[in-house]
Amino acid sequence: MSALGLALPGGIGAVLAALMFMLLRGDRKSIVDTIVHVMLSLVAAVFVGFLASKAIDNPGGFTEILVGGLLSGVLYSLVALGFVLIFKASGVFNYAQGAMVLVAGLALVRSLDFLTAHGVARIAAIPLAIIFSGMVMALCAVVIEKWVLRPLLNQDGLTLFMSTIGATFVLEGLAQMVFGSDVYPLRLFPTDAMILLDGVFQGGILVNQLDLWGGLIAGILVAGLAAFFQYTKTGRALRAVADDHAAAQSVGIPISWIWFVVWLVAGLVALVAATVWGTKLGVQFSITFLALKALPVLIIGGFTSVPGAIVGGLIVGAGEKLAELYLGELIGGGIEYWFAYVLALAVLLVRPQGLYGEKIIERI
Amino acid sequence: MSTDTSMPLAPVATREVGVGTAAARSGARSGMLQNAARAERPRVSRVGDVLLAVENVSLSFGGVRAISDVSFDIRKGEIRAIIGPNGAGKTSMLNVINGFYHPQQGAITFKGEKRREMRPYFAATSGISRTFQNVALFKGMSTLDNMMAGRTLKMKRGLLWQALRWGPAEEEEMRHREVVERLIDFLEIQHIRKQPVGKLPYGLQKRVELGRALAMEPELLLLDEPMAGMNLEEKEDMSRFIITVNQHLGTTIALIEHDMGVVMDLSDRVVVLEYGRKIADGTPDEVKRDPKVIDAYLGVSH
Repeated sequence: MSALGLALPGGIGAVLAALMFMLLRGDRKSIVDTIVHVMLSLVAAVFVGFLASKAIDNPGGFTEILVGGLLSGVLYSLVALGFVLIFKASGVFNYAQGAMVLVAGLALVRSLDFLTAHGVARIAAIPLAIIFSGMVMALCAVVIEKWVLRPLLNQDGLTLFMSTIGATFVLEGLAQMVFGSDVYPLRLFPTDAMILLDGVFQGGILVNQLDLWGGLIAGILVAGLAAFFQYTKTGRALRAVADDHAAAQSVGIPISWIWFVVWLVAGLVALVAATVWGTKLGVQFSITFLALKALPVLIIGGFTSVPGAIVGGLIVGAGEKLAELYLGELIGGGIEYWFAYVLALAVLLVRPQGLYGEKIIERI
Repeated sequence: MSTDTSMPLAPVATREVGVGTAAARSGARSGMLQNAARAERPRVSRVGDVLLAVENVSLSFGGVRAISDVSFDIRKGEIRAIIGPNGAGKTSMLNVINGFYHPQQGAITFKGEKRREMRPYFAATSGISRTFQNVALFKGMSTLDNMMAGRTLKMKRGLLWQALRWGPAEEEEMRHREVVERLIDFLEIQHIRKQPVGKLPYGLQKRVELGRALAMEPELLLLDEPMAGMNLEEKEDMSRFIITVNQHLGTTIALIEHDMGVVMDLSDRVVVLEYGRKIADGTPDEVKRDPKVIDAYLGVSH
């Protein structure tokens, strides 16, 4: 290995370690914190330095993995986004988000199949099916608001969380009773691979078109939602309800309406996630387990932050793919399956509110 | 009040308020009696008809009676105090007026409209706003956003316009922002405009909460211990704000307060509760001479 091949990755790693240690300054309260921060900074520095050295060895291959990882990370973000929306607006951790993706996916694929089987042209059938499944999600929102949340107004967050576990089983059962429980293939987006940046790297980099579509859609969704939350009256009302039910009522915010809006938006985000993931995996029951993959994304990004869900997804997606390829050859494969959880654990250790989460302030 | 967004707040009153300082120091009990000589304030002329009437209200939680057969009224333009020892049912009374609690018996008449019970949303839309005993702000949001949340009912544009954030919706947002900025100036909280309120000291949080309630341009403002836990200077500021709001905006105010000096100075009429029953009702002077009130506060030797 050349001198440059050692110095550059080492430098990048060291800079990162210093930066990380500095940024965590505010979170240190005792010597134990300092020790933990030093250790984690060093681990991060070694990992990044190691990746950098691999990147210098083979820039084309590295970029391909990185881009592929980032794009699949965006797909995690899509699911995580649904969680964030509801948590931000009602302080409820919605366990049913995975089930909602399943409901949306099944409604979409089954209505699409039904329409095409009855001779409706595909170009007309797709919007119709999307409208139908949007209506199904709106119905879900109405039912959950009326029968699950409204009776529990002003209750503890944990109580509401438990009620969403109940909602999960009902939704999963009902959806499969109504729409069937097989694996249904969905083809909304092209899934061919394509080659990008042919001129820059030898052989270019191979990217799945579906991932590009997913990235584009998620990007638009996030920009829109972030602006909506930050700058509109309804966005403000949503945040107000999340903070304090009674106070929100006292300024005349209609809580039932707000909850309906939130669950509707979360349902529509679930629908978008279902179109992309359904195309990737086929619509099937195991799609509900996406919720488990969204959990580390949420912990890393912060439960209350829309941009956090995206950044968390990108970190998890890119991190697990890179770790699988480059660490896999050193310590054995299968890293992809646990990398996200270990990363989430490390984040919990130093920054329990996540990278972008609002600091939890408790006045005693 | 119409949706007119121009609030005549500009001339902030400079009227000196003597917040019963001696009373505050020597404790509420004796303060109430010492203040007997304090001069009457000629404020009766601006007080109008009955704005809100509470009739024979009883409220219980299971077997616990929080309020028993209480009636009183609040007149337009006055400052009405509700006092009483701990557990007398003062906060429950505010919660009944504001619709958080629904009484088993009685009725509430607001602006001539008689209702069996209030609902929070109805209370807010018809012009009642309030603050809370243990500050209930939207902690994660900035001062500005908290107060803008108070404008929710005044903003009419639909979801679609807001999402586009263009044309009428943007113009509307600007208009309401202006009102809120004027309030911020009035409450002297310009420096914390963009800070998340959860991090602010207690006294400032109380002030922001008052700001949020004022942003609703209420006809009736309910203040639940607006000065609890404040130091003397903060109490004086708060009293000044309350009086200015009352005099310049004509807002009717009902307040619960434990500092007797403040109560006697600010209020036009006082209602006294004890164990959920009304034991006295009248001007500060009448109330403070009432033997039942003195007994309630000082205890009776049998």
